[in-house]
Amino acid sequence: MSHGLSFDIAHMLAGGLVLVSFLMLYQDRLLALLHVLSLHAVVLALSVAWQAWIQDAPHLFITAALALGFKAILIPMVLRRMVFQMGIHREIETVGGIGLTMLAGIALVALSLEVMLPVTSDVDPVAREDIALALSVVMIGMLMMVTRRNALSQVVGFMSLENGIILAATGARGMPLVVEISVAFSILIALIVIGVFLFRIREQFDTIDVEALDRSRGGQE
Amino acid sequence: MSIDPVSAILLIPLVSAALLALLPGYRVGAALNVVASALSLGVAVSLLWHRPAVGLYLMVDDLSIVFVVLNCFVGFTTSVFSASYIGHELDSGKLKPQLVRFYHAMYQLMMFGMNLALLANNIGLMWVAVELATLTTVLMVGLYRTAEALEAAWKYFILGSVGIALALFGTILVYLAARPVAGEGMEAMVWTHLLRLAPSFDPSLLNIAFIFLLLGYGTKVGLAPLHAWLPDAHAEGPTPISAVLSGLLLNVALYALLRFKVLLAANPGAIAPNPLMIGMGLLSVLFAAFMLYRRRDIKRLFAYSSIEHMGIIVFAFGMAGPLGNFAGLLQMTMHSLTKSAIFFSVGHVAQVKGTQRIADMGGLTESHPVLGWTLVAGVAAIVGLPPFGVFTSEFLVISSSFSQQPLLALVLVFGLLVAFGALLLRMTGLAFGPVRGPVGRVRASYLPIFAHLALVLVAGFWLPPPLVKWFEHVATLLG
Repeated sequence: MSHGLSFDIAHMLAGGLVLVSFLMLYQDRLLALLHVLSLHAVVLALSVAWQAWIQDAPHLFITAALALGFKAILIPMVLRRMVFQMGIHREIETVGGIGLTMLAGIALVALSLEVMLPVTSDVDPVAREDIALALSVVMIGMLMMVTRRNALSQVVGFMSLENGIILAATGARGMPLVVEISVAFSILIALIVIGVFLFRIREQFDTIDVEALDRSRGGQE
Repeated sequence: MSIDPVSAILLIPLVSAALLALLPGYRVGAALNVVASALSLGVAVSLLWHRPAVGLYLMVDDLSIVFVVLNCFVGFTTSVFSASYIGHELDSGKLKPQLVRFYHAMYQLMMFGMNLALLANNIGLMWVAVELATLTTVLMVGLYRTAEALEAAWKYFILGSVGIALALFGTILVYLAARPVAGEGMEAMVWTHLLRLAPSFDPSLLNIAFIFLLLGYGTKVGLAPLHAWLPDAHAEGPTPISAVLSGLLLNVALYALLRFKVLLAANPGAIAPNPLMIGMGLLSVLFAAFMLYRRRDIKRLFAYSSIEHMGIIVFAFGMAGPLGNFAGLLQMTMHSLTKSAIFFSVGHVAQVKGTQRIADMGGLTESHPVLGWTLVAGVAAIVGLPPFGVFTSEFLVISSSFSQQPLLALVLVFGLLVAFGALLLRMTGLAFGPVRGPVGRVRASYLPIFAHLALVLVAGFWLPPPLVKWFEHVATLLG
């Protein structure tokens, strides 16, 4: 197999991840958003698996499997259950100015490419573009976290951001500790977000709209 | 079989965290927490004499040992304070008994995370450790399960996670910069190797990496404008956690930042990290100084003071040079000791008064002489009044920056004076004048407060020559 093709596939998958990030930006229904999150994780898993294959790094398959099993299936399933339990599956979230958000997303991608491509010219070509695209995913994830008011959507935004980081880590050929780091991130997400916060927030407020949290700001005038 | 001290310092908190999670009962838990912290401190001190070899994952060098000893010391005194504080919270019903086990286990797990971050010789491992420490503190900030505590924990979690994610991105970029020189695999993440090879790294990649690291770890240091989580997390969590957040966790993040700063300084083509640090430091000082005036919550007040002090410290390290770094190290040590002492007093005061509103407290020196006067002493120390150690360190920061950048030093002095005014204003209201609020007795543990204040006081008069030599040596290492 020629190098050209394997690079192209790697870039296609990384580019696909950016595309799915854009899909996320304009989802105004939570359930649809969760579907896109699954898709995001599937594309990530494919991309990581491809990297594992072309880098001949079998341990990366663990990260890929983790992305598929945990982030594409388990987490969205749990989140979906929570959405139904809370009875917010019909609600439409106000995502202020979709056009503007998309434009901001495009600007962020342009910025990432502009920043990363010139400095990574010495790095091998797979990593070069992967890092730039990964930064785009990270940026769009952050954009999503700032534009959303709903705690669940913020978690989804954080997960997409984290997917971007995993993409970068696997794109950096031979980077050690990637598996450990992806496990650490999975623990971060699983333990805190699902286990503790949303449940407690639900108990306390009967809503998971973070604006409700802002209203109860303590002690600060 | 003998266990080397580095493993011991990591195993003690880890094992005791597991034990604490299993053992029922508040008394046993608190006692074990104190014992484990004391043991860690003992081992940390022994590292001063017996230093193990540098490994691929862990190492002890002159820089990290300063942080480790300070970390274990404040960790120990806070565990003593925490024993009486948490006892009171249980009696008053503010804290549910079933959460105490969880709290103690998390406390030791946090100590493990922080010690691991400080002893890591591997930038990947260091990142994982900082993440662990963040996670455990998030859980403890939300301990009271009130609406405010949950909001604070949520905010801390979201901002902290984004920060930590950016730091990881920066770490990956450092690896990419190192790979062509250091080769693939673990070698390219080991800090001691990186430092040796840093001069031949690609500078432009290193520059971008540092920006991410500064934003990422800077969020955890609490530098303005990335500080938004800090006041909430300090105000709503249990007070022992406020004390370790200010006294230790901010230092750990700062330590990570310093490691990368040294790396960048070793590369001649890279941007100088110093102006960036000076800029963010000054911004934090000025911002926090003005914010101090409008605080109505006593723990929030001192949280902003922590932002101000982290600003001073980062400013000092940004000024660099042997004198600037020395001042930064001293300021960091003094701030940790003083601020945690203040939080110890404040914690007991808030328990007596049943509130954290400054307006509902007053005349503390009359109603609770010991708490009142230690608070006065703590505030006098933290604003930099002689004869306390913070005066010495702030004097050094200012004089070292006057010789390099007189204009910037003036800005710093202005910020310090503004903060000075705000804190003294609040302190006089709290400590003197008519007694306000309940005047009940409190079973306080004064020992940690006295120990910290005594150390700060002694440092104001006399710094032991070995310590000075040590700090001077570390200061030259930092470049």
